[in-house]
Amino acid sequence: MYDLIVIGAGPAGMAAARRAADLGLTVLILDEQSRSGGQIYRDVERAALLRGEILGKDYTDGIDLARGLDHPGITHAASASVWQIEDGYRVYYTQNGAGKTAAAKRLLIATGALERPMPIPGWTLPGVMTAGAAQILLKQSGMVAERAVLAGAGPLLYLVAAQMVKAGAPPLALVETQTGGDFRRALKYLPGALRGWPYLMKGKDMLAALRRAGVPRHTGATGLRVEGGDRAEALVFNAGGRQHKIEARTVLLHHGVVPHIQAARSIGIPHRWNAQQQCFAPEHDETGRTAIDTVFIAGDGAGIGGAKAAAIAGRISALSIAQDLERITAADCRRESRPLQASLNRELAVRPFLDTAYPPYKEALSPDDATIVCRCEEVTAGDIRRYAGMGCLGPNQAKAFGRSGMGPCQGRYCGLTVTALLAAANGKTPDETGYYRIRPPIKPVTLGELAATAQRKGK
Amino acid sequence: MKPAFRNLTAPASSPGQMVAVTFDGQELTLVEGENLAAALLAAGVDTFRETPVSGAPRAPFCMMGACFDCLVEIDGTVRQACLATVTDGMNIRKPNGTSDV
Ligand SMILES: Cc1cc2nc3c(=O)[nH]c(=O)nc-3n(C[C@H](O)[C@H](O)[C@H](O)COP(=O)(O)OP(=O)(O)OC[C@H]3O[C@@H](n4cnc5c(N)ncnc54)[C@H](O)[C@@H]3O)c2cc1C
Ligand code: FES
Repeated sequence: MYDLIVIGAGPAGMAAARRAADLGLTVLILDEQSRSGGQIYRDVERAALLRGEILGKDYTDGIDLARGLDHPGITHAASASVWQIEDGYRVYYTQNGAGKTAAAKRLLIATGALERPMPIPGWTLPGVMTAGAAQILLKQSGMVAERAVLAGAGPLLYLVAAQMVKAGAPPLALVETQTGGDFRRALKYLPGALRGWPYLMKGKDMLAALRRAGVPRHTGATGLRVEGGDRAEALVFNAGGRQHKIEARTVLLHHGVVPHIQAARSIGIPHRWNAQQQCFAPEHDETGRTAIDTVFIAGDGAGIGGAKAAAIAGRISALSIAQDLERITAADCRRESRPLQASLNRELAVRPFLDTAYPPYKEALSPDDATIVCRCEEVTAGDIRRYAGMGCLGPNQAKAFGRSGMGPCQGRYCGLTVTALLAAANGKTPDETGYYRIRPPIKPVTLGELAATAQRKGK
Repeated sequence: MKPAFRNLTAPASSPGQMVAVTFDGQELTLVEGENLAAALLAAGVDTFRETPVSGAPRAPFCMMGACFDCLVEIDGTVRQACLATVTDGMNIRKPNGTSDV
């Protein structure tokens, strides 16, 4: 039995694992990726050397966190997909085709974020990907999309565009959905955001780099749709009072990130709607402890804060866990946590400004009837509205009406849309409408793997 | 058709060895140890699977194990290509029908 199992080797998980191990805890850290780093620092130990110049310092900075896992108290299980959590201390996972299980006194969920689903007409065509997916291809495999257009809103859109410029393949255009009105509304948060001014300066630098590279920008875009037969061929949209069509082989969508809540939901941790970030987030106290006493949650999976905030929150959780297990005193825990909490607040100061200046694309929150919202089962927005008309109140009921959320992705890319559509149709809040009940396995597992796990557990 | 992605480093200079795999019967030469979804995209594979519902073509969307649009059948088991790595002799096919994973 370990002292601590961490699920997710991104900044939150890596920082927590190291702090806990330094305090004498035995730690198992599991991640389904083949290397540590999480989304932002994907494969950083290898890729920083190969293309650190293109990916920038904010990326290569992650190398210290990744190296921190090299500690006698830490076992890093790579390529390990966690598919079930039981009783708050036992996890089941698959590694290289073999089912395995492990137990610990405490569990930290650090499963990070997903890109917010962006259902627009044509978003299921091959050649349409998330902007984050293109960035992963660049980080991990040194591949850059040629003849690509970026569409949506938010800082990550600019970052990916800037990295593509540096890689020598500037995007054909940036089609941005935020408006001048959004920016003016965000100004009231500017004084608070100035505490996070390095972020604002970075944003300014990225925009300058895009301008120098001659990447055209369209803002306030509406009516986005991807055209194509067997794959994406063009992005069509309205901006500046007319319709545009950009022929492209790759269309990269992004309008923010939302907590990846599958693991937390699968064990019944309560979630609440966050109106500012327009997503559900798990409830937890300031140390990350959830309603299940032995389970903590940190990083973007607990609420979007970015990589630095994730690492800090991971350390705060590690301290609290060490105190639970009597490796540090309550006084020491408080002394070390207090400055961390202050830096966490500083990191979070820029969020209200960013969330307001780059809100999600409205038409993707409430798509046209014909647009597919559930990619797996090809259920459209019109279908969901029709279910509401027949008395469907919540996402779980919607599953019974038409299989939405029942495909392999388990609602990861339709859950928020289905909640929003039903809430709007029924005149209810997202909290009243609720979300899919998530049941294990949260990752696919074959019968062979199940059998192997059962045998091990019996031993 | 020409791949939609360009490799920043020539495959020849990569540390992995070139190995032969098949995708839907077609032989491809990929870099061993590379992410399978990335390697197939770089090789110009456009469609990874067809949906069980309408037969519409799909290809990787998230590259982070969340969307399941990269599902392929590898040596008889349906898996996410974006969470798999290239090994010598892999036999990859489009998964058929409603392979419930
Ligand atoms: C695709 C993408 C790209 C991003 N790029 C950037 C960027 O360049 N710059 C930036 O500032 N921010 C970026 N972000 C935002 C980013 O999510 C956070 O800033 C940061 O990575 C959050 O850290 P974290 O530790 O909370 O989670 P993450 O870094 O997301 O790490 C979570 C880890 O958990 C693992 N995991 C999840 N579920 C399971 C499971 N069931 N079993 C096993 N392992 C699991 C994942 O594989 C992942 O490695 C990106 C987000 C996404 C989604
Ligand atoms: S591309 Fe989304 S799961 Fe593999």
